[in-house]
Amino acid sequence: MTHAEGDMKRHAVSYAQYVLIWLGLLGFTGLTVALAGLELGRWIIVTALVIAATKSLLVLNVFMHLKFEDRVFRIFVAITLAILTIFFTLTFFDYAFA
Amino acid sequence: MTTTTVPAEHAHAPHDEVGIKIGMWLFLFTELILFGGMFIVYAVYRFKNPAQFELASKELDTFIGTVNTIVLLTSSLTVALSIAAIQQGRRRLSMMFLSVTLVLGTAFLVNKYFEWSHKFSAGIYPQSPELLKLPSGEILYFGLYYVMTGLHAFHVIVGMVVLMVMLAMVTRGSITREHHVRLETGALYWHLVDIIWIFLFPLFYLIH
Repeated sequence: MTHAEGDMKRHAVSYAQYVLIWLGLLGFTGLTVALAGLELGRWIIVTALVIAATKSLLVLNVFMHLKFEDRVFRIFVAITLAILTIFFTLTFFDYAFA
Repeated sequence: MTTTTVPAEHAHAPHDEVGIKIGMWLFLFTELILFGGMFIVYAVYRFKNPAQFELASKELDTFIGTVNTIVLLTSSLTVALSIAAIQQGRRRLSMMFLSVTLVLGTAFLVNKYFEWSHKFSAGIYPQSPELLKLPSGEILYFGLYYVMTGLHAFHVIVGMVVLMVMLAMVTRGSITREHHVRLETGALYWHLVDIIWIFLFPLFYLIH
């Protein structure tokens, strides 16, 4: 990537796009609160975590510019999330089959 | 991969933007592992005491939690907008957005203060006689609630100090249209604090 391209990419996010993402985040917040009132039982954990993960992806990609950065940033984030997933999985194997 | 060549006239101040941002991201990863560890503790205790966790989480005020979520999400927007403004060379607008972010951060902490003092006056705080009468699962829930939201609130305070420094730098003119990578790294930290709240909110306020 040349420097000029990098500059263009960096300027790619407009005020309107940020506001749009923010509206999306508010929408997901409303959704997760509404779903919590529905007494979904065990499913509430799944829906709440899926919505939280979706909101985080919006923040990471647009607000934190991950989408516009060098690929090395996304690889680093993926490695960190993989490490966390391994921690969670191994811990739960321990408890679920104890 | 961007190769950064330093022009001769800027040789006294090398500006490796990718390197600076990678440094910040590496720090953010240590934060993720720190909070990740706490989320594992939460998950395990919840797994072992599902009914008591559900009961205890009903004690929290969903309305205050929702308001604080909206406040933090909006503060993430304004800090992102302050970068967009400085990229266009609109210094005053950037300062305005940063100030709004600081106001929202303060509003979050004020809300937290009222929420916590309400719990305190109801006799629910670590090691309180009232709390110790409850079943062990509920004691664990409130312990995790105070430690995790407390550590998060501490991060909000640190993030506000960072953003105050950024505001001073924009005001002084040391963060400019050409050189605003410091503002970007400061904003990255603020967004991370937002992401942690995005998970704390449903896990403590909504799942019951």
